[in-house]
Amino acid sequence: MQDIGRIGFSEEQADLLDAATVFCREKSPIAKVRRLIEDETGYDVDVWREMGELGWLGIAAPEVYGGLGLPIGAVVPMLEQMGRRLLASPFLSTTLAAQALLVGGTEGQKQALLPKIAAGTAATLALVEASGDWNLENIQCAATDAGAGALRLAGEKFLVCDAAAAAWIIASVTYEGRPNLVVIEKAAIPQGALRRETVIDETKRAFALSLDGVETPKANLFDPARASAAFAHIHLAANLLGSAEMCGGTQAVIDYTVDYLKTRKQFGKLIGSYQALKHPIVDAYVGYEQARSHLYSAAHCFGEQGAGEISTRMAKAQADAAFSYAADRAIQFHGGFGFTYDCDAQLYRRSAIWQAAQYGDGAYHKRRLAQLLL
Amino acid sequence: MTGAGSKELNDFGAAADAWFRENVDPDPGFMLPLTFMEVGTDQQFEWLRDWQNRVYEAGFLGAAWPEQYGGGGLDPAFQAEATKAMRRHNGPIMLNAIGLNWTGPLLLDLGSEDHKKTYLQRILSAEDIWCQGFSEPENGSDLGNAQTRAVRDGDAYVVNGSKIWTTLGRYADHMILLARTDSNTPRKYDGLSFLLAPMKTEGVRTVPIRKLTGEHGFTQTFFTDARVPVDRLVGEEGQGWGVAMRTLEYERGARGGQAGGYVSVQADAWDVLELARGMQRAGAPALDDPVLRERMVEFIIEIQSLALCRQRLGVPALNSDRPAGLPLSSKLMNTEFARRVNEFAITLTGAKGAYYVGDPSAVDDGIWARAYLNAFSATIGGGTSQIQRNIVGEHVLGLPKS
Repeated sequence: MQDIGRIGFSEEQADLLDAATVFCREKSPIAKVRRLIEDETGYDVDVWREMGELGWLGIAAPEVYGGLGLPIGAVVPMLEQMGRRLLASPFLSTTLAAQALLVGGTEGQKQALLPKIAAGTAATLALVEASGDWNLENIQCAATDAGAGALRLAGEKFLVCDAAAAAWIIASVTYEGRPNLVVIEKAAIPQGALRRETVIDETKRAFALSLDGVETPKANLFDPARASAAFAHIHLAANLLGSAEMCGGTQAVIDYTVDYLKTRKQFGKLIGSYQALKHPIVDAYVGYEQARSHLYSAAHCFGEQGAGEISTRMAKAQADAAFSYAADRAIQFHGGFGFTYDCDAQLYRRSAIWQAAQYGDGAYHKRRLAQLLL
Repeated sequence: MTGAGSKELNDFGAAADAWFRENVDPDPGFMLPLTFMEVGTDQQFEWLRDWQNRVYEAGFLGAAWPEQYGGGGLDPAFQAEATKAMRRHNGPIMLNAIGLNWTGPLLLDLGSEDHKKTYLQRILSAEDIWCQGFSEPENGSDLGNAQTRAVRDGDAYVVNGSKIWTTLGRYADHMILLARTDSNTPRKYDGLSFLLAPMKTEGVRTVPIRKLTGEHGFTQTFFTDARVPVDRLVGEEGQGWGVAMRTLEYERGARGGQAGGYVSVQADAWDVLELARGMQRAGAPALDDPVLRERMVEFIIEIQSLALCRQRLGVPALNSDRPAGLPLSSKLMNTEFARRVNEFAITLTGAKGAYYVGDPSAVDDGIWARAYLNAFSATIGGGTSQIQRNIVGEHVLGLPKS
């Protein structure tokens, strides 16, 4: 039987979990989450600056680039707590952009960008195209030589998260017929090329990006020999960190619903005493605990050949099942109130749907797991 | 006590490994039960009693129980190594499940000195077999309403009534018995007491019950003026409910102190995967079928969930929000998984899903069908899955009582 992962939890992870738990609770009360939904920027710039000052953007970057030099599993508790409190910020986008650079960037790109990112400058990835395919190497956008050491880009990207906040956008393109990634400075993007999209999770900010006519130095192309490794790493790292956000959200929506079941009365009794509600919420809770166990197995094993990929895909599949079920039942169990915009259940249900759409849902990962395990 | 991770521990593990390699008999010449609830014939019983005794005499059972009561006096890490070696070499189950896992730790925690001296060593050696008398014909899930009476008469309680689903009842020497010593308490729970009742005594009669599998695994037990000495009481008179609930925590794995080894061998998702590899669908390997593939993967994810949740118990920082959550959900998660994975296995065998134990054409001697039917013993016994959901809902999530 092959090694498919096991739990481990480092002192650094424990410290970061404690710090993130307190920080996210204090910085992201639900009233503020709702206020930021209405705000064009969508996140609290002071909170974002504080995260940079705390060094959280460099947790998984090597010390030579101004980071803490910890494995990416150390970022998992941070995103878990952000998901739990629905704390909006470009943290995930920026962390993933840094991961892409680390694996696929040239030494020059790493030296130029990573220290600034570690200090709190936002960056993001532009990967999704019109096809909606989760396969990151199915790319229509193209880069061609424009002479004088420049590349001309063409095509359109969708669901570019936090593009307005980002100083750099790292886009997937084909160059000389092969998939690669290229760094685009925000200044190189013309007015009107970014269009804010309407997305199901209103705490998120996503944009469509037209690359037509955008030029960028040829030196901004990732190392072609590392491109494939970079795509694979982005895919898995995004699923690991997405699973973390989902676990936090699952915990929160269960807590929110349990509170209601303990206070709402019908037929003279607290509705949580009825087994028609009690038993499904227990099933949701058990699913959550299983998802969290998978999450911290993936966080621990991420860097290992074999076990890293398997445990990460399992974590996403389980998190998808657990979050979707818990949030779906949360709406139902709030009754008429659950159907209103004021009930927080919808925030979590929308988050679960958003997360499932990021980098592959449960069914997608189970299919990949079948190839790995059967 | 010797610390974990030491040379002593490594040596002990190596000795256990060598012993089980040498002593596990892969084919005793008849079908061994996969769980202690399936012991149906005298041949199986005698064989398993002898096997447990040999494991104990070799020092690989009860290694962490105190020496003065027959144990090895070692750190629990030693017994864990021995149990791992047992599993590695596919050792048969430990027979005396209720003694080793429930009565033993209970007496170590709450028993009198006399109880410990009298019973513990004989539990390990399998000289005394134990059974449990909690459920009654009219009071299953509503255990607190138990009506078997125990009336004080001089130096003994006189017991009348009936207990049901008594696993190993036909063979047992002693029973942990929940009986009503007072019928007039305002709360039904406060009238219960917990007794260590002799089984091979006047006034105790067992009648075999035939299980849904067709086998005889347990009994109904009838008490007619059976006498239990007063000093066989655990805790105080009227505190039996608390003692019984504590016993269920050992049973459900929410509290430690068990003697070690295992009392059931569960087929898991990996065994089912092996089964699937040999099966056909529409002229092609069954695992080419996309629906079967997805279901197979789901079972592998779930068995991994169970393993990871067990590992997570050892990481308190990952259980700080609801420390009782994983321990109290464990029975529900594990028993429901076992039921469903065996059910899936039957469907994998295609047309041969129609066979049962005993037919020469049955896949794997029919164990999948039998394991599925037997799996209900765990989703019903020890508190049904529905009761487990009440427990998790009320004691972990803090929901109001149903």
